[in-house]
Formats: sequence, C-alpha cells, structure tokens
Amino acid sequence: MKTIINTKKILENREAVLIGLILFFMVVMTIAMPRFIKPSNLANILKDSSLLIMVACGQFLVILTGGIDLSVGSNIAFSGMAASLINMNNPELSPWVTLLIGIAIGLSLGMINGSLVAFGKVPAIIATLGTMSVFRGFTFVISKGQWVTAHEMTDSFMNLPHGNFLGVPNLIWFAVVVSALFFYFMRYTRSGREIYAIGGNRSAAVLVGVNEKKVEFLIFSVSGLVSGLAGVLWAARYAAAVNEMATGFELQTVAACVLGGVSVAGGSGTVAGVILGALFMGLLNNSMTMIRNMAFFQMLLQGLIVITAMAFNVIMERRRETMLLNRRLA
Amino acid sequence: MYFPGIKALDCVDFSIRPGEVHALIGENGAGKSTLVKIMTGVYRQTAGQVLLNGEETHFRSALDAQAAGITAIHQEASMFSELTVTENIFMGHHIKKGAAGKGPVDWKTMRQRTRELLDDMELDISPDAPVKSLGVAQRHMVEIAKALSIDARIVIMDEPTSALTLREVEDLYKIIRRLRDEDKAIIFISHKFEEIFDICDTYTVFRDGQLVGEGLVPDATIGGIINLMVGRSLDQLFPKGEADIGDAIFEVDKLSRRGYFKDVSFNLHKGEILGFFGLIGAGRTEVMRVLFGIDSASSGSVRLKGKTVSFTKPKDAMKAGLAYIPEDRHEQGTILDMSITDNITLPKVDDLARFGILNRKAERSLAEEFASKIEIKSAGLSMDTSTLSGGNQQKVVLAKWLSTDPEVFILDEPTKGIDVGTKARVHKIISDMAAKGKAIILVSSELPEVLGMSDRIVVMHEGFITAVLSRDEADPDKVMLAATAQAGEESA
Repeated sequence: MKTIINTKKILENREAVLIGLILFFMVVMTIAMPRFIKPSNLANILKDSSLLIMVACGQFLVILTGGIDLSVGSNIAFSGMAASLINMNNPELSPWVTLLIGIAIGLSLGMINGSLVAFGKVPAIIATLGTMSVFRGFTFVISKGQWVTAHEMTDSFMNLPHGNFLGVPNLIWFAVVVSALFFYFMRYTRSGREIYAIGGNRSAAVLVGVNEKKVEFLIFSVSGLVSGLAGVLWAARYAAAVNEMATGFELQTVAACVLGGVSVAGGSGTVAGVILGALFMGLLNNSMTMIRNMAFFQMLLQGLIVITAMAFNVIMERRRETMLLNRRLA
Repeated sequence: MYFPGIKALDCVDFSIRPGEVHALIGENGAGKSTLVKIMTGVYRQTAGQVLLNGEETHFRSALDAQAAGITAIHQEASMFSELTVTENIFMGHHIKKGAAGKGPVDWKTMRQRTRELLDDMELDISPDAPVKSLGVAQRHMVEIAKALSIDARIVIMDEPTSALTLREVEDLYKIIRRLRDEDKAIIFISHKFEEIFDICDTYTVFRDGQLVGEGLVPDATIGGIINLMVGRSLDQLFPKGEADIGDAIFEVDKLSRRGYFKDVSFNLHKGEILGFFGLIGAGRTEVMRVLFGIDSASSGSVRLKGKTVSFTKPKDAMKAGLAYIPEDRHEQGTILDMSITDNITLPKVDDLARFGILNRKAERSLAEEFASKIEIKSAGLSMDTSTLSGGNQQKVVLAKWLSTDPEVFILDEPTKGIDVGTKARVHKIISDMAAKGKAIILVSSELPEVLGMSDRIVVMHEGFITAVLSRDEADPDKVMLAATAQAGEESA
C-alpha cells in the first residue's frame, strides 16, 4: 500500500490537462492574432460553447451507460423549428412559454429514443441513427421546407438568449444553470448514482436492484430535454430556424465528452470534464473561423480530435490498469 | 503464475513422457487449468522453466505453443459456429498452395485432410457442414479433430467427456489409445474417476496450487486420490461456530428451469448453513439465479416464511430479504470505477435518498460501519474499488449485502480466487451471520469449504440433487461420489 493510485486524481489531472490546453491555445491565438483576446470575441466563444455544453451534458449521461445519442442534432432542429413556428404564428405568447413548449418537444423526442432502447431493446446507436433521420425529416415536414427568418420572430423571443442578466448574456446563464444542475444530479441524487452504476457494471447494478430500463429511459429523456432547450435557444440566437441547423452537432457533443475524459466503455467521467471539453471545442471552432481559409478544415479537425482524444483515453486507461495490477502483485 | 493476490501455482515440478496418458486431478481452482494455460502459452510463469524435449521454451502466445506441437481441447468448445468443419479445423494454420506456403489458401487439400481426420475418428460428419448444424457431442469431436490436425506432440484434454455419451466416450478412448501408440503425450483432465482408471497410465494430484501426489494409476485407489485432493483436517481450517438452527424459513419445492435443472427441493432453516456442492455444470448457480429472480423457473414453487413467493426481478427478492453474492466478482459483483462507499451503499440508495437526493453523510457512516465490521483494507473509502486487492474487493461485495440486513443469504463461491487469510476471515463472517440467525446457502466447488462450513450439504449433478447429507454423515467420499453421480447414475 505504498504507492496509492487514486483514479479520481487521474481524472482531476484530465481536467487540469484540459485547462492547460485551453490556456495554451489562447496564448498561441493571441500571439497569432491579437483581436482574438478582445472581450467581445471571448464572450462569443462562451456563447458558442454554451449550446454545446448543454447538449454535451445530455450526451454525457448516455455515453456514461455505454450508449450514444446520435439524434441530438436533429432534435435541436425539430424543437427549434417547432418553437420558431409557434412564435411566428402566436407572437402574443410569452417567449418563456414557447421555450417550455420547445423543451417539452425535445423531451418527448428523447422519450421516443428512451423507449426504443430501454423497452424495445434496440441498440442505442441504431435507434438514434434512425431517429436522427426521422426527426430531421419531420423538421422539413412541419416547416414545409421553409425557413423562419428574423423578421418573422418576435424580439422577445430572440431576446431569450440575447438578453442580459447582471451584465452576462442569458445564453451563458442557461449553460451555467444546466451545468450546475447536471453537476448536482450526478453527484447527489440516487438516479445519478444509478447511471454511474449501470455504466460501470450493468449486471452488478441489476443484481443490487438498479432498474436498468428506468435508467436507460431516463438518460435518453434527459438528453432529449437539453436538446429541446438548446434547439429553441439555437433558433433564437441565430435569429433563424433553418431545416439544416445543428447538422453534425452530435459529433461535437461526443467530441466534448471524449475530450473531457468520459470513457466510451461507460462508467467513468465527470460533468466538469465534459464542460471543459465543450469549451475547448468552442475555442477551436472560433479560432478556425477567425483564421482565413481555415473554416474549411473545421470538420476535418473535429474528427481528428475525437480520434486523438479517444486514443489518448485508451492509453491512459491501459496505463492505469498496469499500475493497478503491478501494485496488487507487489 | 500469480493471480492478483494469490499464487495459482506454487513451485510445481511436473513432467510428461511420450506414449503416456497422464491424468491431472484436483478440485476446481487447484491449479490444473493454470498449468495447462502455461503449457499452451496463454499465461506465462512468474518463476521456473518449461522444458520441451529437454530444451527451455518460452511461449509468447497460444500460437507459439501450437507451433511447438502442444495443443489443447478445451472444456467449452471454442468454435466458429457460422463456419464449416474444414474452416474450423484449419483456422490459424491454413494449408497454402505453392512451395514455401506463400500461395493462396488450398481449400481442396484442407477438405481432403479434414475428410481423412474425420474418417480416422470414424465420424459421420461432412467437412462442409457448418458447425452450427452439429450437435454438442459432434462439435466436441470436431474440436478434437482440430487438435489432431496439427501434428501435435502433446495433446491436452480438459474434461473432454463432459458432453459425450457413453458410446462416444468409447470412441474417444480409441482415439486416445491410438495417439498413445503413436508416441504422443496426452494430458487428461477429468473429475470422473472411472475414466481416469479406464484410460490413464499416470496421475498427478493438485491442491491449492501445489503438487500433492503423483504415481501410476494401477497402483492407486479412488479413496487414496480423494484424500490427496482434499488433504488437511477440515475442522481446523473452517471453524464453524455453533448456531441454533431454527424454523424453516425458505422452502423450495420441485423447482425446475428447463434445460438447466429439474425437481430441486430443499428446506433452509434459520441459523443454518446449507452447502451446495457440485462440479462445473451441475446447475447450482442456475438454481440460485432463479431463487433470486434473475432467471425464471419453468415449474416448482418457493416459499419464504410460509408464503409462496415468485420473484421476477432481483429487486423483489432483495425487498423480501434475500441477498445474492454472485459467483463472478468482476462480472457481477463490484463496480470498479465507483468508490468503495458508493459500492457498499448501492443496494441501499432507495433508503438513503429523500426525494431522490442522497444523504451523503448517512452513506458514509453506513459504509464505514460495514467496512470496519469486515475489515476492508483500503487507503480510504472514497478510493475507487479498482484499487483494492481481489480479497478486499470480495469483502466490498460482502459489505454491500450485509448492509441490506438480509434474512436469507445466498453466497456463490464467496472465497473463489482470494488468499487464505482473507478466506478465513470470510468464513468467520459467514459463521457469525449464521449465529445471528441468518439462513445461508453456501455454493462452493471447494470440497473442504463445503464440508467444513455446512450444517447440511446438498450435492448436485447435471441438474439434479443426488444427495442431501447432514454434517455428521458427510465425508469427502460420499460427497464426491454423489457429485460424480456414481451412486445415482440412473437419475440423470
């Protein structure tokens, strides 16, 4: 028992690694182009990351159980489009009510995924691959292929993300509140504990009475809920509900999780890691658009990041296992 | 070879000569499989050498060992069920066209070789039949053909007869005798004494990773070998405390699960430790899984405290006061990525939470209480369970279930793979629980453990109960005979 390896510490290290990476990246960018560090740009990065943080938190729960939710991008599009249409046709309705309706729509879509996986026993990757297409398809159906543009939205609706509270944009507040809720949920609630348990060792968890189906239904519902919230804010933020919005966003949410140290085998990862992972992705996206001609490389780089982070996780995990084994043999 | 925390094999000198059929005998976990795995390159020894024809060898993989002419036929057939017999037999050592064996795969020759092999073994199987279309026994024969397809010098057979009928066993004997006459060395692992006396020339007995006896089969007796297998004086090793045996709390009547076990009936009393002994495949774990609501019964009834119960999920069984410590600690026991505290309190999260919010303080004190009660050695209960030794991980599983305060405790191989010291500690815990009036089912493949700990012993063989023995009447011979169904052959 001489050298104790606390795996929590390794995870903390992961968060420190990410903070270091983010700071390093910021310094390099500032040197390369000083306007990067302007407060307005930094605020932009935070705002851009906010949507990702929220959805990545939902994705986190799904990945934690060893699954994946590929439908988040389409869920965002459908919820955002639906909320925008409601706003367009009922301008007198309070934007908060519209927001709640959007969240409820997202939640319902998540519950469809949850039912398929938990009760229909369809593998998560197949179920959500299917609904990814179905939800996107319904987006076109309800919009009849048309956009909802800025002049068709009410100002109060667009003010949902753009307004300020205590000098901080609402969008960032949304992300802060969602993050805090997830943090609390995963740490202090029975359901959070059960999600970790199912992800860590499904059969052991079931043997002590954890309801596997309930947990699976729950995680997809939560993922849907945050996607619904993000969908409304997305449409309002960019002042346009476009049928193609958030296409490919699922990759970014997975990237944020994997970067944040969430094990795709399930069972380990933290909300803090996911948030940092999402911030890093936001930073990267922002930089890519700032550097001329680099925007074309954005997708390419996102994919590479997922793969690199994944390889890094595997190496770290292997190293940890060897250390544990050696210690036990000593 | 070391497993975390224990020596699976300790300074064993073992040798085998060409033209000999050598029986490896020992209880489950005695070290037979570990020896086989070292010989076949699956594991590597931590000390000592392996000599083949007098030369030291270092196998890096199973393929290395195969190339050196050592082949093993495993208990559970490891076949590719979608592929044909030929494809299965030559997987890993395809015959290729061209002089240097660098050309394309030569299916024609392989099919021919397969035909020859099967004819040699007098098997009526087509080389082109997909393996999934074969019966269990036929698959096993194909597995044997596969082992013979490489020009093996040493053939290891790990319980090769477990899936065979008597006639097929005769066929297998013929093959074994032929191999012996061809000057091959055969290692024959079996729990069935009659087979050892039928076919083997020499034997080696293992116990707790050590070689405890060897000799010529004609000079041996069944009693002598059982004595070697079990060894030591039981009463000293397993100090079972006195416990008052009370009323029957758990009554199982003619419980069956189709294809697994049939007509299993027994009563369990308060304060009683009921041992369940049997060989691999006897159906003990399957019975326990049904009792705990993991699998469902096809017929029969279970009464708990006089009331008929039928659990459809583990949670129901837990609520009714049952606890089940599964056989496989890693697969079903602990959640390695979670802290010790979180593992211990997991079955209790319903009670520890109000409106879904966990009471962390209550959690910690509950975990501390049970961790100290059974002396989990850790650097702190907030550590991940993966940092613990195997024995301490098993203690975490015990603590977890103790915290639910069950009335009926089902322990499936609770001391498998843990060191002697921790084992004694676990036995003490079990004994204490019985003294407190808990009813305990102890499933174990370790004969001394069952004999030393149990008030009564239920012996199973291939899905049937073949004997129920009281503590006084049970002895190693009787239990072993019942487990190998020598006494009640006709019932199976």
